[in-house]
Amino acid sequence: MEIKVLKDILNANNQIAEQNRQLLTSKQIMAINLMSSPGSGKTTLIMQTVEQLKGRARVAVIEGDVSSSIDAEKLGQAGITAVQINTGGGCHLEAGMVNSALANLSLDDIDILFIENVGNLICPGGFDLGEYLKVVILSTPEGDDKPHKYPLLFSQANALVISKTDLLPHVGFDTEAFARVFQGLNQKATLFKVSGITGNGIEDWGKWLLDNLQKLRTSNKTKQ
Amino acid sequence: MHEMSVTMSLLDLILDEAAKAGASKISEVNIVIGQMTGIIDDYVRANFELLSQDTPAEGATLSFRNIPRQTRCRNCGHTFQPSEFEWNCPECQSLEVEITGGNELYVESIEVE
Repeated sequence: MEIKVLKDILNANNQIAEQNRQLLTSKQIMAINLMSSPGSGKTTLIMQTVEQLKGRARVAVIEGDVSSSIDAEKLGQAGITAVQINTGGGCHLEAGMVNSALANLSLDDIDILFIENVGNLICPGGFDLGEYLKVVILSTPEGDDKPHKYPLLFSQANALVISKTDLLPHVGFDTEAFARVFQGLNQKATLFKVSGITGNGIEDWGKWLLDNLQKLRTSNKTKQ
Repeated sequence: MHEMSVTMSLLDLILDEAAKAGASKISEVNIVIGQMTGIIDDYVRANFELLSQDTPAEGATLSFRNIPRQTRCRNCGHTFQPSEFEWNCPECQSLEVEITGGNELYVESIEVE
């Protein structure tokens, strides 16, 4: 006997993601799914963002790694609330993992929640976590040719952060060529250029976050 | 790369569907995979063989329908399938392309006994 199924294979993940989204939205929290290669500067960007938004937005972090709690400890030492998820070999975060992590956070004390995905430009693109926005970081030493190599991730981003721009004179990253290819593929994303060393660009990025937080809260009010 | 977790979800989904229909065995699974997902048939097959042991889906045949990546040129409207190497519009060479197909990842049907 044939049974017509016509269901998304990731249906179960998508349903939990939707629960996460509703919970986060009801708590007025803007969740950002932060995706990039390993070593592109996700944790550094978060630390600088917290500093930049001090007194204006309370930031917490769900830290996804294959193993270790190095990043969560680093954030903790800087006084940033962080919950570590170890995927135990898994190459991406799933909505259920985020759901469990949310239970360990005091949601009434958070404005912006960074979900730092496992460093990987492929797999995280397939899994909705219930985030409000997706942000992709690309560091200049990785090269400007990445969007067409990893089209799924780059086409999904609401913002693209080029990090380590202080290395531009040394690494041959063509920012204009990158922008042309990336924006050809993704018209909706805002592009930022930041450096963790000089602090360049962090202010614009912080402003974009606050603007979007405002948008989320305004749309919540309209719905009520 | 993430075929293991996709295959686990696939197995949960079809076991659930078979149980709802009161079936005791799944003999065939028809799956649709878009190229954008990066999911590789053979990896799913290998994972499935392992994961489905001692379940009603053990020994089921997996059939895949692959949907190619499809893009539309925002400049001239031409619809095309970009190759692995070339994303420019073949008509007007523009890089202004939006992805319009290839994100599929679903189970079309199963055959149960």
